[in-house]
Amino acid sequence: MKPAPVSYEAPDSLDAALAALQEHGFDAKILAGGQSLVPLLNFRLAQPGVLIDLNPISDLAWVRESAAGGLSIGAMTRQRKVETHPLVAERAPLLHEALPQVAHPQIRNRGTVGGSLAHADPAAELPVVAVTLGARFRLQSATGERWIDARDFYVSLMTTELQPDEILVEIELPLLPPRTGCAFVELARRHGDYATSGVAAVVTLDDAGQCSQARLVYLSAGDTPMAADRAASQLVGGDLSAESIRAAAEHATTEEIEPTADIHASVAYKRHLARVLTERALASAKARAGGSAGG
Amino acid sequence: MTERQRVTLEVNGRSYEREVEPRLLLSDFLRHELDLTGTHVGCEHGVCGACTVLFDGEPIRACLMLAVQAEGHQLETVEGLTDDPEKLHPLQQAFWDAHGLQCGFCTAGILMTLLPFLKENPEPTEEEIRLALSGNLCRCTGYQHIVAAVKLAADYLREPAA
Repeated sequence: MKPAPVSYEAPDSLDAALAALQEHGFDAKILAGGQSLVPLLNFRLAQPGVLIDLNPISDLAWVRESAAGGLSIGAMTRQRKVETHPLVAERAPLLHEALPQVAHPQIRNRGTVGGSLAHADPAAELPVVAVTLGARFRLQSATGERWIDARDFYVSLMTTELQPDEILVEIELPLLPPRTGCAFVELARRHGDYATSGVAAVVTLDDAGQCSQARLVYLSAGDTPMAADRAASQLVGGDLSAESIRAAAEHATTEEIEPTADIHASVAYKRHLARVLTERALASAKARAGGSAGG
Repeated sequence: MTERQRVTLEVNGRSYEREVEPRLLLSDFLRHELDLTGTHVGCEHGVCGACTVLFDGEPIRACLMLAVQAEGHQLETVEGLTDDPEKLHPLQQAFWDAHGLQCGFCTAGILMTLLPFLKENPEPTEEEIRLALSGNLCRCTGYQHIVAAVKLAADYLREPAA
C-alpha cells in the first residue's frame, strides 16, 4: 500500500513538462490532481519510473468563454473550482449538475477536470459529460498540438488516444442551442461512491416543441462512455411523450449499453437501473428545455 | 533518479524542512517525519477520509498526495486545532459533549473536514451535515452521535465560549 520507488519532476512550465515527457516517454506518468493516479501508485497497479507533476504550472487552470461562445476549461482546473464557477452553471448546466456527484469535496478540491478526462475510468462522470456535450480536447506535445473530439478520444478501459508524448491541456465545450435541456442522473450506494449506473441526457426542442436533437450517454455501462445513438435518434422528430421516452430508454438499455456484473449488481439489475434513470433524465431534460413541465 | 528531495512546508503555523523519497505519501510524512500522528491512515486510497488535512485551507486526502508536492504549501492537521492541552477547540468539545466518537480512529479526519464546512455553513441542516460527512467513514457510531455533535459544534462556534 505504498508507492514503488519513483523519481519526481516538477517542471514550472508546460514546455518543460512536454520536454520531460518526450524524454521519458512510456516510463513517465503525468501527475495532475492525483486522485486516481495516487491510489494506483499505492496499490502498485501503476509503477512508472518518473512522475511529471503539472501542479506547479500556474497557467493550466482557467474557466472562460471560448471564441465560439462556449466554454474553455484549462485541464488543471480543480473540479471544485469548476463546480462552483458561475459561468459553468450558466453555459454548461450538465457539467454543473454532474460535478457534485464526483466523489467527495475533499477529492474535488484536488482532482482536476483534465485528470479525470484523461484517466478514462468508465465509471467516471466527467468523460460521460464531455462525450454528451460534444466536447473537444486540445492535446499538446513537444512537437505540436491537435484537437480531438471527446467521442473519438475514448478507446477502451482507461485507454485513450492520448499518445505517450502528449498532455491534455484544454477542454472546449460548445455553446448549447436555445431550448436545450440537460440532465445528469446517477445511482450510487452512498453519495460519492462509484455509481452503479448513470446517464446524461441532452434534448433540444424546435419552435413547434418537437425534439430536434437528443443525446444519451451512460457511465458504468461498458469500457468507455457508452453513447446510445440509436435510442437518441428515435426521439428526434417526436414530442418526447412518456411513451417515446419509455421506448428509447428500453432500446438504449437493452440493446446499446454493455454493463458488466460486479459485487453490488448483476447485469440485469444494472440494465433495469439504467432504464429507470434514463426515463428520469429525459423527463427532466425535456422540462428544462421548456417542454410541458417547464423549468 | 529516485534520490531524496528537499521539501519545505508549513504545518500548523510552524516551518519544517526534510529530505524525503519522492514516493513518500504526505500522510506518512506527517506521521513519521514530523511525528504528527493525529492524522490517521486508514485505506490509503482516498475512500475512508481518516487522513483528511487542510492543504492551503481546503480539506484534502493526505494519502493521495506525495510529500514532495507539499513544497511551499501550508497545512493544518488536527494538532493545530488547539495549542492548549487543557482546552479543546469548540469542535472537539462538541464531539466530547455529544459522544461523537467511540474508537476515535476516524475523528481527526472528520474534524478537519468539518472545520471549513462549518465556516462556510454556520447553520447546516441535518441533510447538509450528512452530505458533508459522506467522505468520512466511521465504523463504530452509526453516525447518529456524530451528526448530533456537528449540530452542537455549530452552536458552540456561533456562540464562542458558551
